[in-house]
Amino acid sequence: MFFDEMMDAEGRPHEPYADYAAWMATMEGPALRRKAREAEAFFRRTGITFNVYGRAAADERLIPFDLVPRIISAREWAKLTKGIEQRVRAINAFLHDIYHDQEIIRAGRIPASLIANNDAFLPKMFGVTPPGGVYTHIVGVDLVRTGKNDFFVLEDNARTPSGVSYMLENRETMLNMFPELFSNIRVRSVSNYPTLLRRSLSKSAPPACTGRPVVAVLTPGLHNSAYFEHAFLAEQMGAELVEGHDLRVINGRVAMRTTQGYTPIDVLYRRVDDDYLDPLNFRPDSLLGVPGIMDVYRAGGITIVNAPGTGVADDKAVYSYMPDIIEFYTGETAILKNVPTWRCADPDSLTYVLEHLAELVVKEVHGSGGYGMLIGPAASKAELAAFARKLKARPAAYIAQPTLALSTVPVLTKAGLAPRHVDLRPFVMVSPDRIDITPGGLTRVAMKEGSLVVNSSQGGGTKDTWVLED
Amino acid sequence: MLGKTASGLFWMFRHLERSENTTRLVEAGFRMSLTRTAGNNNEWASIIMTAGCSDAYLEHHDNYETANVLDFLLRDRRNASSVMSVMANARSNARMVRTALTREVWEAVNGGWLILKDRLAKPVTTSELPSVLACIRQQSALVRAALHGTKLRNDGYRFCRLGTFIERADNMARILDVKYHVLLPSTSYVGSSLDNVQWETILRSASAESAFHWIHGGETSPRDIADFLIRDPQMPRSMIYCCEKLRGNLALLAEKYGESKPSLEMAEAMTATLRGQDVEQIFQIGLHEFLLNFLQNLSSLAAQIERDYRFQE
Repeated sequence: MFFDEMMDAEGRPHEPYADYAAWMATMEGPALRRKAREAEAFFRRTGITFNVYGRAAADERLIPFDLVPRIISAREWAKLTKGIEQRVRAINAFLHDIYHDQEIIRAGRIPASLIANNDAFLPKMFGVTPPGGVYTHIVGVDLVRTGKNDFFVLEDNARTPSGVSYMLENRETMLNMFPELFSNIRVRSVSNYPTLLRRSLSKSAPPACTGRPVVAVLTPGLHNSAYFEHAFLAEQMGAELVEGHDLRVINGRVAMRTTQGYTPIDVLYRRVDDDYLDPLNFRPDSLLGVPGIMDVYRAGGITIVNAPGTGVADDKAVYSYMPDIIEFYTGETAILKNVPTWRCADPDSLTYVLEHLAELVVKEVHGSGGYGMLIGPAASKAELAAFARKLKARPAAYIAQPTLALSTVPVLTKAGLAPRHVDLRPFVMVSPDRIDITPGGLTRVAMKEGSLVVNSSQGGGTKDTWVLED
Repeated sequence: MLGKTASGLFWMFRHLERSENTTRLVEAGFRMSLTRTAGNNNEWASIIMTAGCSDAYLEHHDNYETANVLDFLLRDRRNASSVMSVMANARSNARMVRTALTREVWEAVNGGWLILKDRLAKPVTTSELPSVLACIRQQSALVRAALHGTKLRNDGYRFCRLGTFIERADNMARILDVKYHVLLPSTSYVGSSLDNVQWETILRSASAESAFHWIHGGETSPRDIADFLIRDPQMPRSMIYCCEKLRGNLALLAEKYGESKPSLEMAEAMTATLRGQDVEQIFQIGLHEFLLNFLQNLSSLAAQIERDYRFQE
């Protein structure tokens, strides 16, 4: 009943997996399990850990890695990239419009309240055009699959999508574990992501930049759950990794404290949320940001990546309008489908959702990380009743979607291969002159049998993602 | 580079050097505890003193039993200089400056920490002590090798080296200071077996027994030992060698940055002082006074480096 991406109902491999399945048939269980242990040791040594929120600061965990790759054919990928590119262009056009003339509202295609009541909308960005016109330099588009040709966009991550370091390190691990596979099967490389990212960031340098752009990555610090990724990306790009207290505003520029005094930064890839970016302009208690950076930004002294206020494009209420948004800005119909979505703010939808709660997935409009959501078919009667009360109290805070029959890919278990549900997050880089999509992305997999929750904070794991050469 | 990064590299290598020095001290002390008459644990007291953690030790223990000392020096997180503490700090610094390290250096530090965390998970018995000590030294040798083989010779490298030699010079001076009385000509009984053992311990704490014998052809005298460990420019742990390295690395930084800083002058003065005095003159000033003065200058130098290169706001 679930579409398995590797094997068809008769146990024959689907075409993209043919060579891999043939190789797998020659492998013995114990040898594979030894490889799995080696892979884990490899991850530990390279330090690819994440910190778990709400636990002791020193608690570092590995995200489970499964060594069966997720394989996508060249044809499938070509179609996906067209759809992703269209979507990302529309998101950038939407953001520009929302922070300037708001024509889409005046044209009646989305309700004004969608923006006016949106916490992620930043009035300080009104009338500001980012350097190069790019709002979302880095986007992660979460895709799910339910059948051979059925891909859906589950979510757009237009703020600070994470996980790209796993995409890169998963590949490194696989190259180390199974070099012979890569000499037999032609898999497209992902390793130039950091180079492309650096290029993309440099192309968006602000007017104040003279000479080669100075790029830095802003991290909340060592105890942030994604610290490893921040350090990894900075190192791979040859950029400085800075924290708020390394920075200050001097002569209209944001500058970092170096061994030789303060040096201006041109492009800041921040992994700090909007709220914390500037205590003078946003949350006054933030110690993670730089006082006054927004003023420098508005005056063209620095590029902030992604631009502040992009969150208005990726909450789940806006998501439900994406087909309209794409059509409005590109004049085309959306290539990638949305998951049907009921906006609970709408009374008829709310009634429907309440009546069908046990079949639906209900999510908070501003939630992320798999927290605060209800998976109807997996919930108890008491949980459903409790959630119904929350829904009635604040309907506008929720959307609902059908429970999708997510595709599966096998994982290696003690008892051999077993299917588990997956999703896919390809990473997109937007420059003023072009859009790059790395062939592959992060495949997240629910390690528990039957589970549909793939988030790493909820016990999900990852897989290497292969896009085959033509 | 960022001031914070310079600081991280400097401290990462101070901690790594300290783990190696603590290991050498344990090795020397353990050897003495095996060769001395039973029940005489004096040597451990002076080892603890050399490691600079007497107060902390006595807070938690009222004797110098071998098992207690080993645990305190190797595993106890309440001891800021225990191998576990300094390796954890080194790794934490390495995470902080991950962008300034090559993948090989990072993996050597992180891998070393994981291995030691495992080897030191339980108290170390005397039968496994030699292999545990060898393992600790190997891990730190791997980090150094990765650094030498892969790190750009840029300003970051200089801060790694500065941290290493500040710590090493500090350690050498403290080894000598704790033992200065056995090196003084007036109080030593030349040729007595007690002093021979003491001298050997000093050399062993610096991994310098055979190097010393190569240079001095089998003759052992307190004067020669002091000269070797303070003033021999070929000896990679001698005080003058460390000062020379500090001076050299600061000079390279000044050249790279096009600006000479007060720390360079201080290092130059320390090197010149060591060059200008022979051991007889040092003994005349008083070895203890000389070493105290050196340790003071060294700590001012470290503080000046922090200021000159903006380790902090």
